[in-house]
Amino acid sequence: MKHVGIIGLTLAAAFSAGAANAEELTGTLKNIKETGAITIGYRDASIPFSYLDDSQKPIGFAMDICYRIVDAVKAELKLDKLEVKLNPVTSSTRIPLLANGTIDLECGSTTNNADRQKQISFTNTHFLTASRYVSKKSSKINSIDDLKGKSVVSTGGTTNIKQLVEANAARNLGINVITAKDHPEAFLMVETDRAVAYVMDDILLASFVAGSKDPDAYVISTDAFSTPEPYGIMLRKDDPAFKKVVDGATAALYTSGEGQKLYDKWFTQKIPPKGLNLNTPIGAELKHEFAKPSDSPDPASYKAM
Amino acid sequence: MFANFDFDVIRRSLAYLFLDGMTFTLMLTGLAGLGGLVFGTLIALMRLSRFRLMGHIAGLYVDLIRSLPLVLVIFWFYFLVPYVGQWLTGASRPIHVGAFASSLVTFVMFEAAYFSEIMRAGIQSISKGQPAAAQALGLTYSQTMRYVVLPQAFRNMLPVLLTQTIVLFQDTSLVYVVSIPDFLGAASKVAQRDGRLVEMYLFAAVVYFAISSFASFGVRRLQSRIAIVR
Amino acid sequence: MNYHWNWRIFWEPAPDGTGTYLDMLLSGLLVTIEVAICAWIIALAFGSVVGVLRTLPSKTASGIGFAYVEFFRNMPLLVQLFLWFFVLPELLPSAWGLWMKQLHNAPFYTAAIGIGLFMSARVAEQLRAGIGSLPRGQKLAATALGLTTAQTYRYVLLPIAFRIIMPPLTSEFLNTVKNTSVAITISLIELTGAARSMQEFSFQVFEAFTAATLLYLMINVVVVIAMRLIERGLAIPGYISGK
Repeated sequence: MKHVGIIGLTLAAAFSAGAANAEELTGTLKNIKETGAITIGYRDASIPFSYLDDSQKPIGFAMDICYRIVDAVKAELKLDKLEVKLNPVTSSTRIPLLANGTIDLECGSTTNNADRQKQISFTNTHFLTASRYVSKKSSKINSIDDLKGKSVVSTGGTTNIKQLVEANAARNLGINVITAKDHPEAFLMVETDRAVAYVMDDILLASFVAGSKDPDAYVISTDAFSTPEPYGIMLRKDDPAFKKVVDGATAALYTSGEGQKLYDKWFTQKIPPKGLNLNTPIGAELKHEFAKPSDSPDPASYKAM
Repeated sequence: MFANFDFDVIRRSLAYLFLDGMTFTLMLTGLAGLGGLVFGTLIALMRLSRFRLMGHIAGLYVDLIRSLPLVLVIFWFYFLVPYVGQWLTGASRPIHVGAFASSLVTFVMFEAAYFSEIMRAGIQSISKGQPAAAQALGLTYSQTMRYVVLPQAFRNMLPVLLTQTIVLFQDTSLVYVVSIPDFLGAASKVAQRDGRLVEMYLFAAVVYFAISSFASFGVRRLQSRIAIVR
Repeated sequence: MNYHWNWRIFWEPAPDGTGTYLDMLLSGLLVTIEVAICAWIIALAFGSVVGVLRTLPSKTASGIGFAYVEFFRNMPLLVQLFLWFFVLPELLPSAWGLWMKQLHNAPFYTAAIGIGLFMSARVAEQLRAGIGSLPRGQKLAATALGLTTAQTYRYVLLPIAFRIIMPPLTSEFLNTVKNTSVAITISLIELTGAARSMQEFSFQVFEAFTAATLLYLMINVVVVIAMRLIERGLAIPGYISGK
């Protein structure tokens, strides 16, 4: 007898869920259904998250996650065909292009923080990384204070350049901050001795060093400009229906163990195009986050078990 | 000095540079040139029309665009066009605009201001007798413009228009600032990926120089041939 | 429109500790003006020499002038800046190259020299047109009076020619100001670069670019008015460009 109530409630819930599906689609989902296409923003050199391989096709850890999200959207909208359009973005164009509708998802190496959440939303975190710098061993830069008075480069539009500029002002280092248009240009500046150090997320620095002509000439600092911060795939703000689908897809991916498999594929095995192996096994914090996916911008909330 | 030159990187990337980069540049130059000319002629006609308000609006547009650096205009349109598209088509959200479409709109709007000044000078250089005679023959305003004034103005200003097109060809390289893959952008990508800045930038310089020189030489020949001796 | 307007952003502090975002834009404006003036001085100096060369009777001088102008006019400014900034230090002996690359204000000097030389070709062409528009009698009369070529140019031809070409030179100076924005690609933080940085840090795209637009318009107005005053001051009464 007491179960009737529960059954009744369940049936009511099921019916109303069905009724919700019959409601109007809004926002991004509506646009995708109408145009039959979804546009993904990719990076051209954020190894191994989103970068171009030898045939100029974007591949990477974040790209694989995004394709899973596309599958989930396709299933949710019950489409036979969903065209995936690809649009290149840079650190400084990713947020405006997401806001103005050019892309629907940004799949790369974007740091999730509270400031950015005023403009756009993030889905569940797919990586944690701290801001460090790379320099040539011969420059003998052993700490952030050694950068005093020197030329340091970072990429425009990143949290790293903001942290560099703030640290420069706070600690009175008199650093000449150079803004590069994108990551390869910035790393090239260190390679050609135009800048003495390049500030960027340590995983990206590791990939640049590994892929450079002379990896042993460089050293990534132990000093960091920040604690490990989360990366997230970006989507537009104020679009709860779309966010629900994306969050659901990423959560399913991470908790099922497939997330771990994808991680291993890109971080512990050889990756195209040059067969680099980044040799970075999954950290305890990220493993914990995969078990309990979160889109929190607060670095302190990502703890190991 | 040239000991470490690696010409091979140029040879390997030739296909990418020309099939992707140069095609983009040339298509953008051609289409933006045509679009700018049509739109510019319209603006010139607006400036010279009897309706003072139209003239003022057109004049304001030309003065505004000509005061701004092309780089700033490129940034404006790159971020603004989807919003404008949304407003124009009444869509529920900003519409998707690709890189080529965005650059095309930018350059058409920008070059129209410059082409309009050239066409305005051309139209004003036609003697007043021409439109007067056309009116006496009973032609309407648009017929006068279409059959009498504009063909002559266009012919007179052809060398200047072509020179401006060559300038447009060089200006397309500025889409570099929003990472759009034109010829220079393609050369830059290869340069940064392979660490071969010197070879690629020198090659790009030589190509631009060759094309522009050849084109200006052509314009000079044309100028001497169609010069109307009065 | 899915965009969060925030016009108060100009009074919020910029992350680089130099003050508000407005201060950031104004310091960019200052850099624009400095680079434009330095480039213009270089352009006038080299352009005058080449312009004169092109009008000399000697075939070699005229040929050198022609080659110079063609070289700088047939390459986009962006490509020229890249050559100066990226290619030249690599081609020089490594000690000099390293010094060039590690100069603290390398983008500033490179931009000033690169833009200056680019504009010098245009100044040369204007001067050539200006000298060419003078009546032939001037030069003949000067020779009849016993002046050497150098004296002819210095006392007879150039003073009038420069006054004639002042209006086109004004627009060339404004072009110089606009061309400083190309230096954003070699990491010079001038006005457009400052607006871009502001957009990157604060995400307020349209506010930043509107401010930059207004500042460029202001520069235009100021320069046009100033040049008109200079023109009036230098005019020779009774002559074609005078009253």
